[in-house]
Amino acid sequence: MTGMSAKTTGHDAPAGDLRLVNLTKRFGIFTAVDDLGLTIPQGSFFALLGASGCGKTTTLRMIAGLEQPTSGQVLLGDRDIARLRPYKRPVNTVFQSYALFPHLDIFDNVAFGLRRRGIRSVDAEVNRMLALVQLADFGHRRPAQLSGGQQQRVALARALINRPQVLLLDEPLGALDLKLRRQMQIELKRIQTEVGITFVHVTHDQEEAMTMADTVAVMNAGRIEQLGAPADIYEYPATAFVANFLGQSNLLAAEAAGPAGSDVPVTAHGARYSVPAGRARVASGPVYLGVRPEKLHLVDAADRVPAGHQYVTGVVTDASYVGVSTQYLVRTGWGSELTAFAANSGLGGRVPVGASVVAHWDPRHAFLLPRPPGADDATAGLLDEPVGASS
Amino acid sequence: MTALAHVPTSTGQPAPPPPPPRGGRHRLLPYLLLLPGAAWLLLFFAVPLFQLAAASLYDPAGSLSTGYALTWAFGNYPDAVQAYWPQLGRSFLYAGIALVLGLLMGYPLAYAIAQKAGRWKNLLLVCVVAPMFTSFLVRTLAWKTILSDNGWLVGLLRDVHLLGPDGRLLATPVAVVLGLTYNFLPFLVLPLYASLERLDYRLLEAAGDLYASPVQTFRRVTLPLSMPGLIAGTLLFFIPATGDYINAELLGTPNEYMIGNVIDSAFLVRLDYPQGAALSFLLMAAILAVVFVYLRRAGTEEVL
Repeated sequence: MTGMSAKTTGHDAPAGDLRLVNLTKRFGIFTAVDDLGLTIPQGSFFALLGASGCGKTTTLRMIAGLEQPTSGQVLLGDRDIARLRPYKRPVNTVFQSYALFPHLDIFDNVAFGLRRRGIRSVDAEVNRMLALVQLADFGHRRPAQLSGGQQQRVALARALINRPQVLLLDEPLGALDLKLRRQMQIELKRIQTEVGITFVHVTHDQEEAMTMADTVAVMNAGRIEQLGAPADIYEYPATAFVANFLGQSNLLAAEAAGPAGSDVPVTAHGARYSVPAGRARVASGPVYLGVRPEKLHLVDAADRVPAGHQYVTGVVTDASYVGVSTQYLVRTGWGSELTAFAANSGLGGRVPVGASVVAHWDPRHAFLLPRPPGADDATAGLLDEPVGASS
Repeated sequence: MTALAHVPTSTGQPAPPPPPPRGGRHRLLPYLLLLPGAAWLLLFFAVPLFQLAAASLYDPAGSLSTGYALTWAFGNYPDAVQAYWPQLGRSFLYAGIALVLGLLMGYPLAYAIAQKAGRWKNLLLVCVVAPMFTSFLVRTLAWKTILSDNGWLVGLLRDVHLLGPDGRLLATPVAVVLGLTYNFLPFLVLPLYASLERLDYRLLEAAGDLYASPVQTFRRVTLPLSMPGLIAGTLLFFIPATGDYINAELLGTPNEYMIGNVIDSAFLVRLDYPQGAALSFLLMAAILAVVFVYLRRAGTEEVL
């Protein structure tokens, strides 16, 4: 999975691209970041998405210079900055804890970076930046007198004012409540479009990554599992980890016997299915047959399955009404529970618990993923907050 | 140093008794709690201070055997200054030099213990405090041995020609300043440690991220944030060091005597109470003036 890039790497990197080459960081025997290769194009909004401990923050800290890589390069344009001290890098960070200087007022906090570089007349620039983050009248307050959201915006202004080539954001919205977080996501996106600086955003919140970033890299155990536009990753995940980290998926253990024509036929739990060859990450051996819950539709009898769709039969064991949709658990004949989301669009009735149903899907929405030999079905069950439910 | 806000939890307690009527015992309670300390201060600080002020204005012609008369003899003050200004100046000079030496040693020490010591932190703190387990006098006498003419230190310094063949440490200003530095160092280190221990390393990272070199980070972030500890420490060091007389007595000669030695002898040897009292007040006024100027310059709104 190394050596991938957000855009094609056939050409030489233009001046401002950020490239990580074979970047590795070990703490004792623990490998936090494992031979990472990545190109982040200039001016893009890039999200590093992963669970805590996956190496995403370590990667960010190596770009910022707060952590020394064990090996590898951090290239900004053609310059390797991996061994530069942090204060010599054209990179600024918005810290998770904000790390505002408590002894300085907001104005001096924002002016800090300019002054350290010997710039004397900072007033106009600081005021312009405070206006950008809508804190124009707060210059003389101390950080402790501001709310969390305001402090977050000060941290953003304090970093942005330096016009870095790359702005690093280390879960900056983590401490905010849901509503404020949504507001700040839109705000950040607006500011990024306005200033055109490369943003590298680290988060464990898949929704945040999907709504804000042009390109998302899903990290797991120090490596990048998949990289691409949010919709591409969601619609066609590369691994079982991605399929269940970004949203959730029903993954049925299956065996594939190689492509036949434009399709890949598979056998799962005694039944035969097929997936278009273009949606198969592997075409033979042990595979997962994957279907997203919202692409799984429930009907009461097999003769009502639309032509061309494939199906399994089962019994509804749970129905959770969550407003925009209803989430069903369907127990199959072999005992696995599949998840299906039905939009509460007013068309079609609700299915009662205990009803026998047929769950069907369009094969063009299914995908095949590599499966470790011996692994059984991987189904996520019901999540509190399904992806896409509110969008 | 830190004000811990404790929220009382009343779980498992029966419902509190109804509040007593306003004006009851509970409103007097804070004053009752103040009473023992206030009485102590009044009896053993305010009254003697007043007594001392009166004594400083006694007729200097009086003596213990003939008795003293309060004649508002303000001339005692200029007379005392004229007679003992070298000792007064020396007190501030020695304490000042000792403070500079103490800061040069104490700040890095406090910083290292607070930020870098890891699991050795508590052991190192004990080492800082450990000398206080023996008496001030014993410690200073130990220095007398260390600095003595046939001690190993003088021998070493003579061998490397930092001291001449007849050079000595004991009975010199160097010995007195070293003694002051050593004896008051813990009072400087402990408040500094308390301040630096609370310093968030993430702020130092943020400063580095915002183009501050290590020197600039120290000057713009570490130093200002350790200011409360620095001020408390320097005051706790400087004030007793200025009034000290043990170090000059044991490690110096009359040529190194400080104002404390003069006051000591005025009260206990020469029995010149008016002069001793006048010098005591002069010392107090001078220290207050220095502290006031210092706090104004250091600019901490919490203290003033």
